[in-house]
Amino acid sequence: MSAELKPLDNLSQMGLDYKYGFSDVEDYIFKSGRGLTPEIVSKISAMKNEPQWMLDFRLKALEMFYKKPMPNWGNTKLLNEIDFANIFYYIKPSQKQGTNWDDVPEGIKNTFDRLGIPEAERKFLAGVTAQYESEVVYHSIREDLEKLGVVFLDMDSGLRLYEDIVKKYFATVIPANDNKFASLNSAVWSGGSFVYVPKGVKVDIPLQAYFRINAENMGQFERTLIIADEGSFVHYIEGCTAPVYSTDSLHSAVVELIALPNSHIRYTTIQNWSKNVYNLVTKRAYAYENAKVEWVDGNLGSKLTMKYPAIYLMGENARGEVLSIAFAGEDQHQDAGAKMVHVASNTSSLVVSKSISKNGGRTSYRGLVKIHEDAKNVKSSVKCDALLLDDMSRSDTYPTMEVEETDVTVEHEATVSKVGEEQLFYLMSRGLTADEATSMIVNGFFEPFTKELPLEYAVELNRLIKLEMEGSVG
Amino acid sequence: MNKQESGLKISNLKVKTAGKEILKGVSLKINPGEIHALMGRNGSGKSTLSYTIMGHPKYEISEGQIEFNGRNINDVSPDERAKMGLALSFQYPVAIPGVTVLNFLKTTLKAVLDREIPIKELKAMLKESMAKLEIKDEFLSRYVNDGFSGGEKKKLEILHLTLLKPKLAILDETDSGLDIDALKVVASGISALNEAGSAVLLITHYQRILNYVSPQFVHIFENGQITQTGTKELALQLEEFGYEHFAHNATKEVNYVS
Repeated sequence: MSAELKPLDNLSQMGLDYKYGFSDVEDYIFKSGRGLTPEIVSKISAMKNEPQWMLDFRLKALEMFYKKPMPNWGNTKLLNEIDFANIFYYIKPSQKQGTNWDDVPEGIKNTFDRLGIPEAERKFLAGVTAQYESEVVYHSIREDLEKLGVVFLDMDSGLRLYEDIVKKYFATVIPANDNKFASLNSAVWSGGSFVYVPKGVKVDIPLQAYFRINAENMGQFERTLIIADEGSFVHYIEGCTAPVYSTDSLHSAVVELIALPNSHIRYTTIQNWSKNVYNLVTKRAYAYENAKVEWVDGNLGSKLTMKYPAIYLMGENARGEVLSIAFAGEDQHQDAGAKMVHVASNTSSLVVSKSISKNGGRTSYRGLVKIHEDAKNVKSSVKCDALLLDDMSRSDTYPTMEVEETDVTVEHEATVSKVGEEQLFYLMSRGLTADEATSMIVNGFFEPFTKELPLEYAVELNRLIKLEMEGSVG
Repeated sequence: MNKQESGLKISNLKVKTAGKEILKGVSLKINPGEIHALMGRNGSGKSTLSYTIMGHPKYEISEGQIEFNGRNINDVSPDERAKMGLALSFQYPVAIPGVTVLNFLKTTLKAVLDREIPIKELKAMLKESMAKLEIKDEFLSRYVNDGFSGGEKKKLEILHLTLLKPKLAILDETDSGLDIDALKVVASGISALNEAGSAVLLITHYQRILNYVSPQFVHIFENGQITQTGTKELALQLEEFGYEHFAHNATKEVNYVS
């Protein structure tokens, strides 16, 4: 019998429809030449009127970048195809930053309108920054939070206005020599967010940053530093998109979180770069006594993502969680994971990683659980589930455990499954088409992640998945 | 519609899977509203028949045809068959982790009716049958068949079919693995389904469910064929003499079509 039950044919469009792929005409205040030199680094620093120590830091980092080899793991083939000499390292889109959307240049404002940012801000955000190319073009924070002493600025303004705090914490979690891309970011960083939440202040609704690359061969190197003082809480969300170009762009961020005793930071990322963007990001948190840090990390877009959000559990009773999803379609490799480093006793960590590959896409889970000597009564649990939508796609797991203590409970569980014919038939026999059935299975698979998102994001994510499954043009 | 064309009509159906012939010429007609019991031993091909009627791609029709409401559905996809009014209660319903029962019911009902049903309306539609099936409200927020007991799975199948109101409900061993209390509850659900207008094809290998559901026709299924057709009496004889007796005394088919 020839009844149709071939999800793969019908789903061939999934992941190809990218509704954020439009681009604007370039109209910039400053655009560096291609390639990277100490002169460009100095020029960036000078344009930002930075203190000498930051310029020194940048120039030293640049030398490290030149010297450091490419990582010899992950997707080395794609990494070695990056043409550093062809990238624009700094683009300044406008003269000043707006705190009102009307102050943002019209073209850029329209772009963020199309991305739905001002609307989201009105509805459910406590503060917004919007970065376009290298600079934050818009920023706002709810007045009552500002009165409580909550700081939410772009990183450049943070350095200018809170130099002492920045100097104290900047690059303490991720030093410039951490890896080649951290060195690169340290040399040419621009934009990103600076967040400080004072003692005992709980920011009840999320702060959001939105990153947009517009120019072809652009390199975006934002730098984010979040400090949650004792007993505070903050939820920070970032989203990112870029136009579709035939040649590659590079996004290489550094994000440092500092959760002081009894504080709680949740950091949510919905990464939806276009499929010509390399996304090579270093994210790390320090969680002190009784603090909690959560990375909620969604990777849908990009050509190659290599990202392993880390939590160093520095104080007793600290808790770390990484909850991540990855989706890899044709010509995409999501190499993502988590690192949990238990430095202190009575600390606990949880990693839940879910990935879906289709149309030859590739996902990898790469993770580390490290338990220091004398860190007693540590609990760690890692769970990785991969779902393959066809036979061409691939998923691998690379877990590493370094346990130097005996009084620990460490669990690791990994599964790889395929969307089963029986699941599809069951749903189709109740009236769903093959595409509808598959998107129901996929949404269910991602549900542990989706339910952690604010409702608006969960709805958007489900809609995105459905749209891609249906193969309709967005 | 012409009365003669409504219902299910299977003619000389031969079906292969993995190169092996399982159904060896099945003919069966089920008119609207009728209850038929199809009884056979494990491995006789009963489940193959139910899967084939519903359109499982693993089963290949090599000869014969399935007509539903006058249309040859040999090449119709399972979701289209569902929209035409066929539904199958699975012997082994599969789990769909992360998808709540409520979402599952809502999405499928929308697909079949081609109309969005508000949650409130849906819950009202479910209320009576949930009470009858002894299903609690929390059930709706659990993930579909994920960690369900055998009885819970079968109850969800009957609940779903009751909601979809198919013209023909095929119940594949819905009674297997149920204790006597659950069996009674599920059987009353099946009767209610029939009273609400669905024809029923009840596939089983035990007579016991027929104490609670009364079929007009009983068919004995052996080695990929219907070997005998009769009334409820036939099921009682089967209970007394066993399948072996009937396997060796295959008699002519009783003409049951009025």
